[in-house]
Amino acid sequence: MADAAPPSSPTSESPAARLALIAVAVIFLGFFLFLPLIAVFTEALRNGVGAYLAAFDDPDTISAIKLTVLVAAIAVPLNLVFGLAASWAIAKFEFKGKSLLLTLIDLPFSVSPVVSGMCYVLLFGGQGYFGKWLQSHDLQIIFALPGIVLATVFVTFPFVARELIPLMQEQGTSEEEAALSLGARGFRTFWSVTLPNVRWALLYGVLLCNARAMGEFGAVSVVSGHLRGLTNTVPLQVEILYNDYNFVAAFAVASVLAGLGLVTLAIKTGLEWRYGDEISAAHRR
Amino acid sequence: MSQFRFRSPSALPGFGIAYGFTWIWLSVIVLIPLGAVVLWAASLGPAQIYAIASRPQTFAALRLSFGLSLAAAALNAVFGLIVAWVLTRYSFPGRRLLDAAVDLPFALPTAVAGIALAAIYAPNGWVGSLVPFRIAYTPLGIFVALVFIGLPFVVRTLQPVLADVDRELEEASATLGARRATTVFRIVLPTLVPPLLTGFALAFARAVGEYGSVIFIAGNIPGVSEIAPLLIITRLEQFDYAGATAVATIMLALSFVVLLIVNLTEAWTRRRLGRG
Amino acid sequence: MNRRTAIAFLAALSFAAPVCAGQAVAQTRLTNVSYDPTRELYKDFNAAFEKSWKAETGEDVRVQASHGGSGKQARSVIDGLNADVVTLALAADIDAIASATGKIPADWQKRLPHNSSPYTSTIVFLVRKGNPKGIKDWGDLVKPGVQVITPNPKTSGGARWNYLAAWAYGRQQGGDDKAKEYISALFKNVPVLDSGARGSTTTFAQRGLGDVLLAWENEAFLSFKEFGEDKFEIVYPSISILAEPPVTVVDGNVDKNGTRKAAEAYLNLLYSKEGQTIAARNFYRPVSPELADKADVARFKDLKLVTIDADFGGWKKAQAEHFGDGGTFDQIYQPK
Repeated sequence: MADAAPPSSPTSESPAARLALIAVAVIFLGFFLFLPLIAVFTEALRNGVGAYLAAFDDPDTISAIKLTVLVAAIAVPLNLVFGLAASWAIAKFEFKGKSLLLTLIDLPFSVSPVVSGMCYVLLFGGQGYFGKWLQSHDLQIIFALPGIVLATVFVTFPFVARELIPLMQEQGTSEEEAALSLGARGFRTFWSVTLPNVRWALLYGVLLCNARAMGEFGAVSVVSGHLRGLTNTVPLQVEILYNDYNFVAAFAVASVLAGLGLVTLAIKTGLEWRYGDEISAAHRR
Repeated sequence: MSQFRFRSPSALPGFGIAYGFTWIWLSVIVLIPLGAVVLWAASLGPAQIYAIASRPQTFAALRLSFGLSLAAAALNAVFGLIVAWVLTRYSFPGRRLLDAAVDLPFALPTAVAGIALAAIYAPNGWVGSLVPFRIAYTPLGIFVALVFIGLPFVVRTLQPVLADVDRELEEASATLGARRATTVFRIVLPTLVPPLLTGFALAFARAVGEYGSVIFIAGNIPGVSEIAPLLIITRLEQFDYAGATAVATIMLALSFVVLLIVNLTEAWTRRRLGRG
Repeated sequence: MNRRTAIAFLAALSFAAPVCAGQAVAQTRLTNVSYDPTRELYKDFNAAFEKSWKAETGEDVRVQASHGGSGKQARSVIDGLNADVVTLALAADIDAIASATGKIPADWQKRLPHNSSPYTSTIVFLVRKGNPKGIKDWGDLVKPGVQVITPNPKTSGGARWNYLAAWAYGRQQGGDDKAKEYISALFKNVPVLDSGARGSTTTFAQRGLGDVLLAWENEAFLSFKEFGEDKFEIVYPSISILAEPPVTVVDGNVDKNGTRKAAEAYLNLLYSKEGQTIAARNFYRPVSPELADKADVARFKDLKLVTIDADFGGWKKAQAEHFGDGGTFDQIYQPK
């Protein structure tokens, strides 16, 4: 990040203009970002810490948390492996149709979560293309763990790949070529040359992927079936508590998710602070 | 076919396996499921799809979703530019905190954002009780939610480019006697147009499909405050799969086009700048 | 952090926490897929059934509940949600399951007494304390400046009962044409259409929007309990509808799950003294009021009720006429 120029420099704005711009930015972010966050915690603590903690005494909430952790623990590694493979192919090689492939990888990102959930219903639901076959073999995909995992993998699909590709493109192929010419085998080159070069971007991608995986609502809501204590993830549990008139508990559980988001951001900021260049390069498309 | 080169020669190994795996996984998770949506809609035939799309309620929902998303992305482009400018160029207390917070809409689950926004902008909420007009449960409420989720895209695509801008050009411009405003508008801002467009398009694409954070704050009145994703859900819940997939297909096609334009622009910019 | 710790951290982050969603003990599990406002009712009733089943057979049974808008719940069962029993807001949604999956016979509604509805309810008005807008009857709802909260009839069962009750009032004023006019005017005063009855109650009670909530009687009573008696009042209109939320076993699923006996016992318990008492305690009108507590039953006021079968020709007809594509509800929002 560039340091600020001295106030009176001809290549910077007048102090008044700077102050005005900063004020605009702070007010804008305050309204749109900080207010919702503060609201979550205020509502959660409305009736004191006791009521806040009591919200986590509910077995359904506990099993929702367990399910969410389990789903993320399956979905994130899958997307991690995919992200590495995709970025290796896309960043280190030149081939025809790269823009198309990139667009397809980005697609889940702009597909409505509702559609992301629905497409699995159309495939695996009772009326879906494979529905009859699955039912006759007594296999349950939607309204069970596999469906929730699939929907989660879908919505978090581009995260790791998107963090890695620009950075690996920037770094080029010379280091790998050097390692190969020194006799290293392919996988070893990847493991000891490429991976260390991108490790922070990779970690950041995984963190974002994880936060989104744990927080997904729309897509999971379509395929979950909302069985209490069985197929409810944390965001769905928030909705249920909210609809149970249990507002404090709803916001208390929501605050855990918000806290997860904050931790993600804190780690990311810490990483950027120490390894700023590497990470910001990842955003340089 | 002998002139056709699928890929440029490279010394690095592993292209085949990485490339193949990428396509297989992409197909399993994304392409086949989305194909199912399109296939289902296709069984209706184009005439029927057109009939559904041109139904007043569908048309109104699509117009609302796309219109509000455009407006939200536009607002984000303006304020996102200011935020990115402030964050990269100035130093002031709390800058790092602001910088981190920009990613919040990425990390905060949409349902949580939705109920928080509803609580703030409802008639009896913090902000809702201060203003003389209604925010929550009107198109304005949807707009607020869409601004919230779209903000990081503009800021995060602008920041690195802004940090890269060659300060010498600005110095040269100042030396030649240009006023600061002239330098900013004639020299700096033009270089920011491509990333600004990318950020705008990404924010737009994300906003069009957004469901979780909007649903708690939208009024859901057909023709007034009913968004397209809600229409899909409503159709689905009336057991009208064909209708749901028809609307979904229209939205899919539009978001694909937007993303393709973004990626082509990026590839073109990269080639022009000689990067990568 | 050197490279190796970084990678180890990554690995730990992605592969850790192999906690399994708890479902270890072998026991019968019964899934009841229900609609939105029955959350409290079935919380109570499920506990009672688990106890009674244990006493009767010595087996442990755990009842799993799922709640949501009635249409959405039916959609989930059609798509393969493994429900043993469904207890939905209206017969049309169960009809939809029967015709789409064949897992329920077409004549399901004849299998249990009282059209397979162990409890009924009706539609009433919930207004703010003191009734500041002076709302007495349906006619007051179309006055300018009155805001009415109701869920979306396309997705919510309760909203369909609301709609038909309003229609019955309009028809009383001069036939179906008058009813159509009345209902258009009514929905002009509706600022929000939530997807389920619960969403509407929250909008009205928690978010403070609107002057009157069209609600299930049970939901209106419950809001006293949840938000305090000093906030709202119930207004009984001159005419309303007998809302019959039906229940049935999903034959195709119970035969596969081997839970038919438990599922049938579950529904039968709803009709017993215990079930009727619990229903009345949770503000549902028991079909056999003599079995329930007198104090609970005394809360329900007598009013003129139309019925779906006698006045609307059954759900099949009403559904297509009013809530299908291009039905009377769609016409309200059609630009003229």
